[in-house]
Amino acid sequence: MSEIRCLEGSFACSEAVKRSNVDVICAYPITPQTHIVESLAQMHADGEMDAEFINCESEHSALSICAGASATGARTFTATAGQGLALMHEILFISSAMRLPIVMAISNRALSAPLSIWGDHSDTITNRDCGWMQIYCENSQEIFDSTMQAYKIAENSDVMLPIMVNMDGFTLSHLNERAIIEDRKEVEDFVGDFQPKYTLHPDKPVAMGCYGTPDFYMEFRRQQDEAMKNAAKVIPKVNEEFLDAFGRGYGFIEEYRSEDADVVMVIMGALSGNAKEAVDKLREDGKKFGLVKLRVYRPFPKEEMKKALKDANIVGVIDRHISLGFGAPVTTEIRTVIENPTVGFVAGLGGREVTVEDFEKIFKECEQAAKKEEYFDYKWYGVRE
Amino acid sequence: MKLKDLLELKEEYLVSGHRFCAGCAEPIAIRIILKMLGEKTILVNPTGCIEIVSSPYSENAWRIPYIHNAFENAGAVASGVEAALKVLMRKGKLKEEKINVVAIAGDGGTADIGLQALSGALERGHNFIYVCLDNEAYMNTGIQRSSCTPYGAWATTSPHGKVSMGEVRNKKDMVRIIAAHDVPYVASSSVAYPADLAEKTKKASQATPGYLHVHVPCCTGWRFDSAKTIELAKLAVQTGLFPLVEIENGNVTKVRKVKSKKPVEEYLKAQGRFRHLFTKEGGDIEIKKIQEIADANISRYNL
Repeated sequence: MSEIRCLEGSFACSEAVKRSNVDVICAYPITPQTHIVESLAQMHADGEMDAEFINCESEHSALSICAGASATGARTFTATAGQGLALMHEILFISSAMRLPIVMAISNRALSAPLSIWGDHSDTITNRDCGWMQIYCENSQEIFDSTMQAYKIAENSDVMLPIMVNMDGFTLSHLNERAIIEDRKEVEDFVGDFQPKYTLHPDKPVAMGCYGTPDFYMEFRRQQDEAMKNAAKVIPKVNEEFLDAFGRGYGFIEEYRSEDADVVMVIMGALSGNAKEAVDKLREDGKKFGLVKLRVYRPFPKEEMKKALKDANIVGVIDRHISLGFGAPVTTEIRTVIENPTVGFVAGLGGREVTVEDFEKIFKECEQAAKKEEYFDYKWYGVRE
Repeated sequence: MKLKDLLELKEEYLVSGHRFCAGCAEPIAIRIILKMLGEKTILVNPTGCIEIVSSPYSENAWRIPYIHNAFENAGAVASGVEAALKVLMRKGKLKEEKINVVAIAGDGGTADIGLQALSGALERGHNFIYVCLDNEAYMNTGIQRSSCTPYGAWATTSPHGKVSMGEVRNKKDMVRIIAAHDVPYVASSSVAYPADLAEKTKKASQATPGYLHVHVPCCTGWRFDSAKTIELAKLAVQTGLFPLVEIENGNVTKVRKVKSKKPVEEYLKAQGRFRHLFTKEGGDIEIKKIQEIADANISRYNL
């Protein structure tokens, strides 16, 4: 039986993991991810899951343990945030290149220094090139749903890539929200069995992680690129099946009152909620403002984005990360796929609030930029000058 | 375990086509270890000599399942493999049977960069065997010193020079560090004593987590004639510089007695990495210090 519950993003994630027949769970505690691993530990302690639950000594080992387990044919789960993801950096590349479909939840957290436990996207955006798929969620429901979808996408034989399910630290990970928690059997049926083609077993010995000479290395990377392209086809298919099973669904992007909008804001993750509210308020004043939420960041939905933004007079992009020495990273990527005038805003770093009123101001700034035809590269928003 | 019993084991799991140096002790040790473990074995191998010479894509030399992941995480990867076997057998996704999980690493991958992951895996008590093949430096990258490089030895990052006599630290005592984890079985062995290595491999596989620290002379890095690998390995044991011991649940249970102890000079003078100790002024003082290290080993384990 499905049930309606009010629960944190973290718990929505672990409820999905519990229902996804996961074999090996291994994570290292780090704020703001701890509620995920703690709740899984409790479920395991209460006998609610038949999984190996491994407390390990670092995030580097957590991901390495998942890699070893995944290579042996186990369905795996880990979770981390900020510094933990930075420590995993090396193994992120290795696990994607070894085509190990690990699912990892991230409670997005700013990178040190200065040390900050609060949310932004610097941990994951800096890992955009490591060959992991990335989904950014907006609420507890989306976290629950995306976590179970993640297994089905990652383990598809045409994909076989690891995936990050992102929730903004605290703003989402610790926020209690209403969510439908689906029946365990139905989730299990939807996710299905993990059936990798090659595993480590003496009955059929294979060698994994062999090194690539210049004669072979590029072919490996090329295959990863193809797998990402395949993922772009698999993600909508999995979503269709999800829609059939549970009556909800998600695209690569979500268009919110953007169809006829003159000013469109592009945003990822938890801040979308406030931004949507700002759209509603400004619409009441007769402003034709809208929003496009970027949900799947890798593989990047170029065509969908192009289509969604084609009629906008101006596009404003919110970045919760700064690529020092260049600018706003998501803004930069959006600019490469659209021809509309685009301005960037670096905002909400290290957990700084971006309120509904802030979004109203940002929308109006975009409107002014369009009116004056003064299209700036990016601006810092809400920072002391 | 007798040598003749070992010779009866004809099956090889590391096969020809690999690129180990002529005279390398590592493939000798690996062949013995894998013969003892048998075909129901999964091998985890971090970055290093063994990996580089045995696993270029499309030409790997392993007849058992093999995984290389990174340099510092053999303990963790092996933990994952073991955990997966356990849960998949429990859930009926794999048939129940004994499958050995063995990690074989070098001294750098064990005592330096991989120590944390190894310590974690031992503390968690995974059902696996960890083997450190100790050739006392980073040989794969060109003979840089590791924490297992012995006192006085030349290496490219601990060279002797106008004001230096080579490595200034004592070799890290991995056997005692691992024993401090109170794991069921810890032993040191040497490629010069195949029956000893075979016996200890068997014991390690029966009392997991088991740890073996195996001395494997490197003719390329230590600068000696490739025909003398076994001789060198023997001398290390006979001088007391590499004691062969067994520690079970934290207690020393067995040591290999050295009947006629040899002075360390015999071992040192046979290697180019110690040559400066015989040619440079003050070398005799350093040799004396190395003799003291050997004597301390002899007295610690009553060799």
